[in-house]
Amino acid sequence: MTLLGQLSLWLALLVGLWGAITGFAGGLQGRADLQQSARHATFAMLAALLVACVSLEVAIFRHDFNLEYVAAYTSRNLPTFYLWSALYAGQKGSLLFWATVLSLFAALAQVLTARRHRAYLPYVAGVTCLVAAFFVSVLLFAANPFERMAFTPVDGRGMNPQLQNPGMVFHPPMLYLGYISITIPFAFAIAALLSKKLDSDWLVAVRKWTLVSWLFLGIGLLIGMWWAYVELGWGGYWAWDPVENAALLPWLVMTAFLHSVMVQEKRGMLKKWNLALIIGAWLLSIFGTFITRSGVIASVHSFTQSSVGYFFLVFLVVMAVASWVLYATRLPLLTAEAKLESMVSREASFLFNNLLLIGIAFSVLWGTLFPILSEAVQGTKVTVGPPFFNQVNIPLGLGLLALTGIGPLIAWRRASVPNLRRQFAVPVTAGVFVLLILLVAGMRDVGALMAIGLGGFVTATVAQEFGRGARARHRQYGEPVALAAVRLIGRNRRRYGGYIVHLGIVLLFIAFAGMAFKTETQATLRPGESATLKSPYGHVYTLTHLGISQYNALNRQVTAALVDVRRDGKLIGRLKTEKRQHVDALGNPTFEPSTEVGIRSGLREDLYVVLGGLVNGTEQAVYRFTINPLVWWVWFGGYVLVFGGLIVLWPGGGQQAVKGPRPQAGYAVKLEAER
Amino acid sequence: MTEQMGRRGFFAIAAAAVGAVIQDTVSSSRVYDPARAGRALPPITAADNDPGIRVLEKQLKCSCGCGLDIYTCRTTDFSCTYSPGLHKEVLALAGQGKTAQEIIDAFVAQYGQQVLMAPPKRGFNLAGYFVPSIAIVIAAAFLIRTLRRWTRSAEVTAPVLDAPPDASPAELEQLRRELDRLQG
Repeated sequence: MTLLGQLSLWLALLVGLWGAITGFAGGLQGRADLQQSARHATFAMLAALLVACVSLEVAIFRHDFNLEYVAAYTSRNLPTFYLWSALYAGQKGSLLFWATVLSLFAALAQVLTARRHRAYLPYVAGVTCLVAAFFVSVLLFAANPFERMAFTPVDGRGMNPQLQNPGMVFHPPMLYLGYISITIPFAFAIAALLSKKLDSDWLVAVRKWTLVSWLFLGIGLLIGMWWAYVELGWGGYWAWDPVENAALLPWLVMTAFLHSVMVQEKRGMLKKWNLALIIGAWLLSIFGTFITRSGVIASVHSFTQSSVGYFFLVFLVVMAVASWVLYATRLPLLTAEAKLESMVSREASFLFNNLLLIGIAFSVLWGTLFPILSEAVQGTKVTVGPPFFNQVNIPLGLGLLALTGIGPLIAWRRASVPNLRRQFAVPVTAGVFVLLILLVAGMRDVGALMAIGLGGFVTATVAQEFGRGARARHRQYGEPVALAAVRLIGRNRRRYGGYIVHLGIVLLFIAFAGMAFKTETQATLRPGESATLKSPYGHVYTLTHLGISQYNALNRQVTAALVDVRRDGKLIGRLKTEKRQHVDALGNPTFEPSTEVGIRSGLREDLYVVLGGLVNGTEQAVYRFTINPLVWWVWFGGYVLVFGGLIVLWPGGGQQAVKGPRPQAGYAVKLEAER
Repeated sequence: MTEQMGRRGFFAIAAAAVGAVIQDTVSSSRVYDPARAGRALPPITAADNDPGIRVLEKQLKCSCGCGLDIYTCRTTDFSCTYSPGLHKEVLALAGQGKTAQEIIDAFVAQYGQQVLMAPPKRGFNLAGYFVPSIAIVIAAAFLIRTLRRWTRSAEVTAPVLDAPPDASPAELEQLRRELDRLQG
């Protein structure tokens, strides 16, 4: 099977190169036979890479430890669930998975793209085949998952215990789906530039694909946060690690695009900017891949340092130069169809929203690269950790949250003073009211006050928009208000789905603010002894150590500690936290013991219990107890965000982009120049 | 004599047995296999839990390569052999009566600037802190200037009606509101 996999990779490379050549040549020369050949090449490449993937999975399930990859990431006693995820547990397998998913998206783009966008498809096939061929060449020349060893070990090393978590089964594929699918909007953007068909037609195809990427990347980031919280044991979900930052960068840029694309659709403006955002988002996804896989920046997430970094660096530079040169040559064709009429307009607010999103992306990128820059300039290594990122990004994030509420309240084209007064009265009052309540309740953390106050403002904005729309339907069609609200979403999924996404963002910001009130303590307890911890809400938790038990389970030896939890003297539950020593099939330890956290999650706060270890091998246990306020709302906010994104993405019901010049007013006019 | 020794021996054994029972009652029993639970840890002291020490250690990076601060590493990665030692150094310096800043300075002198979780705000590091803000301010100024230019040029080519609309200002405002609503 591995020979088949190896041959499939070579076939995929050749087919990919053929698809790239025929795609570009067919598009430029207008030859239908070449265009058709490029289209078929995307399907053939998908088939070849699927065979390679299946070959590797078969080797994993057969425990073919002669294969270096199988021996490095699996063992005979690895649960079946994780044998599946072993495909992307290591550098080589994940690159194969990446190339396969990319070719899947390439084929889907050929199949699902509407007939009216067919002119772009040869170029789309060319770009996607080129990128996929690059990944396959990395596999063949630098990170071959089918590499065999000179000997066959009795058992494999096994999977890193921290990857043996359901979150890690779903987090990488989701993140990869997001990262990889950015190639499709990028391919459409390059197709539009090459074909010089730069009207708004390409946007329709690109917008949906960008939304798909944005959604998958968002889900991937959220599952990654959840995994970090439940598995790593440090009590947080975001550490501003370079690899986390690398995934956030394209997401921020795509968020900016999804806003500014509306300006192009409605007013025919920002064409240059939107194209630049799509190209930038894709280049950032490749940059993120370079960071993750090169080891150029120290990160706990990154794969082992290897030569693949050079491949990615060269590819990044070549593609960046080629894309921007092509972009520069087409700038004269990207003229706006309308003028901005007022600084106080929806268009202007979207531009400021873009400014902040790109500003945050820039500051994250700058902070991530600053250690390299510092070493190059002053010869001194510095660390850029959470204190730096929080200091720089919290004010920008709050500004962005404010714009999330302000944008929808300002009319397109030009907002009048009475209009502004009418639109802002309720949301501003709500925001100020929330702020006053918090101040009266004794909250003094400025960041948290701002986040929750602005959250109130944005929530009121969304409620006002839904209320007005539902009332209008109620008046017009006599529908009950609840039904009217549901139908309102169905009739304009983009607009109201977008508002639901805004609600998700509000919930996330409020949840982030909750971490300002985190409390923690450490304790050494004998069985029967208790420690107490006061929550930010004033509750006193009493945590009683019940004892230690040891047993074997699946592929690990477990040391479990039980803790009785009382809140204000009342028993509310029992938590278990574990130390796990993973072993191979022969019972030999494979990794350092890992920690499993005990979490009692609630709407107001999470109780987070970590067994640190034992004192001198006795039942006397060292614990860390943490109260994390509002963490549940991070996950709920994530659900709301994804739900809103799905509504926006759902086919039908949305407004179609208007072709041709936009109407400048509702009545016949002559321009000054025409008189 | 022998009888006397036997009596002494009996009392000694009894005392030892009582001691063992007390010891077993007071202290914890050993677990089946301590090695499974990872490295043995010392009991937590008041200094380990000191909020001042915690805040200080959150500013200092562990040198094990985890990327975490000393406090988070020593209370999370219990297999790390660096963070407990660094924690002891912090406690020792605090025990000498040094202030938080003096302890930080001592760490920087010993391990270099990279021991800090965020670079100190001086020299080239200022670029780290201020370049993003300056870039955003410049971009905002450029954006405002561009928007002004666009709005001015829009005014120059503003639509001129052949005849004034036959509507009152109130009606025009209502029309504008309706258009706003229609345009979302």
